[in-house]
Amino acid sequence: MILSIDTSLGTAVAVVEADGVVRAEVSSDNPLGHAEVIGVLLREALADAAHGAIGATVAAAPVEVTHVATGMGPGPFTGLRVGIAAGRAFALGRALPVIPVPSHDAAALAILLADPFAEMPRFGVVTDARRREFAYSIYEGLDDDGLPIRVVGAALTPRDQIDVVLAEHGAARRDVTAIPAAMIGLVAARALAASRDLTGPEPLYLRAPDVTLPSAPKRVGT
Amino acid sequence: MSRDEPLVLGIETSCDETGIGIVRGRTLLSNTIASSMDEHARYGGVVPEVAARAHLEALQPAIEAAVAEAGIRLGDLDAVAVTSGPGLAGALMVGVGAAKALAVSLDKPLYAVNHLVGHIAADLLTGEEVEYPTVALLVSGGHTSLLLVRDLVSDVEMLGETMDDAAGEAFDKIARILGLPYPGGPEIDRVAATGNPDAIRFPRGLSRASDMATRRYDFSFSGLKTAVARWVEQHEADGVDIADVAASFREAVVDVLVTKALDACARHDVPRLLLGGGVIANRRLRDVALERAAAAGVAVRIPPLSLCTDNGAMIAALASELIRSGRPASTLAFGADSTLPVTEIQVAVQA
Ligand SMILES: [Zn+2]
Repeated sequence: MILSIDTSLGTAVAVVEADGVVRAEVSSDNPLGHAEVIGVLLREALADAAHGAIGATVAAAPVEVTHVATGMGPGPFTGLRVGIAAGRAFALGRALPVIPVPSHDAAALAILLADPFAEMPRFGVVTDARRREFAYSIYEGLDDDGLPIRVVGAALTPRDQIDVVLAEHGAARRDVTAIPAAMIGLVAARALAASRDLTGPEPLYLRAPDVTLPSAPKRVGT
Repeated sequence: MSRDEPLVLGIETSCDETGIGIVRGRTLLSNTIASSMDEHARYGGVVPEVAARAHLEALQPAIEAAVAEAGIRLGDLDAVAVTSGPGLAGALMVGVGAAKALAVSLDKPLYAVNHLVGHIAADLLTGEEVEYPTVALLVSGGHTSLLLVRDLVSDVEMLGETMDDAAGEAFDKIARILGLPYPGGPEIDRVAATGNPDAIRFPRGLSRASDMATRRYDFSFSGLKTAVARWVEQHEADGVDIADVAASFREAVVDVLVTKALDACARHDVPRLLLGGGVIANRRLRDVALERAAAAGVAVRIPPLSLCTDNGAMIAALASELIRSGRPASTLAFGADSTLPVTEIQVAVQA
């Protein structure tokens, strides 16, 4: 069973079985407060998961987490780090492997699964990146492993340029305001089944740290 | 859980040190520190985003190293402890997120504690008998605080703190004015060694009679910084003796710190002074404090430097004391509080 966490936008935690059945999914939309809610959400998700699959009528099998999947962004840094830190620490506590997942991949899978028979052309997942910028990734269908095919990104663009950028790639715009943790788990499950790494262990910051270099020593009288 | 000798892992990420400490009761098992100080050097001060990124990278290897050094397994722990504040918000959040997840993963109680009170708890790990009440002077790049500790787990009072820069920041800024690298403390110390501390009489912040009525135990270093900058500018043409400036600046800082601390001891009739925080590494500060405290009949305690700088062991030590005094754990519903008052020794205590 995979415990999945994403804090790239809100705070979302899910427990997903290896075959993709969702055991539990809880979230908070608060764009701040990731550190406040992460512990309660983790505990709730694990407690919910013990009751079996969502909507199931059969007796639950015990929850045995085997992997932790963490959404690696892009997203505002301060919140994003909370989920990654939590995922790593949870995994360390139980000696489990961590599966890093690009957060946009989860959003893309949610879009593709929402209507599997839709004629889905290229589309761009677009999320808030603060500082008058958007983060975007462009996808085109699912591959043989059931994973969204990312053809561009993740990358940043000024907000007023997003439509131009997407048009250049012939991609429809899909704005996303929440990353479903269950989809992080499902992407991780499919990556695991296919023995594929989707991204490295580093968060997808896409931006160097913001540094205000100290000014030259203050000269009195000038 | 063992209430007398709890095995506690503490996580500290309030500034630029990722500290993981493990204690059993008052016995130190590991004090593992990963510092991002070098990454801040080219900026001349701690950059919050650089610090927060470094915490995320360092956390897991630091926990693994601490567990290995302590010779325990994470499953053996009685509790997890973490700094809730005060400190840099984004940096604190990395530790808070990790600590909560570790506690849930292990199904162990979590203690969310105050960083400043943690500095006082560090003294318990020296293995010597600790007596209260004591006055505590905590001086670092992040804070300059004068505390009255009547009881570590229940009664800590903030007597005063800096109104502007922390003393460590003042050292960094003056180092920059003098063309010395970061961090400024050791550099100023090195240069000041050959200087005359009485060469220039720089101002002592908040030390006038009028200040004594309202800001008796508070500190201010911005006026001193301006005075040094002005002095250097005015004397640039005829050549500045950096050693004299550094020594005189350092003397002004040390003088005001020690004077106010010993004044607090006298006024509260407490003949004990505990020193903590990274600036305690400053030799001159230690020497002057010891010399003047002896003359005033005040006993000074200075934990080893590795316990004075920010570290996770002090956070674990404070949680250990809370557990020994029967305090319930924190709930999981708390955040990073960058301005957490010192009176809140533990946050989000379970009802
Ligand atoms: Zn400190």
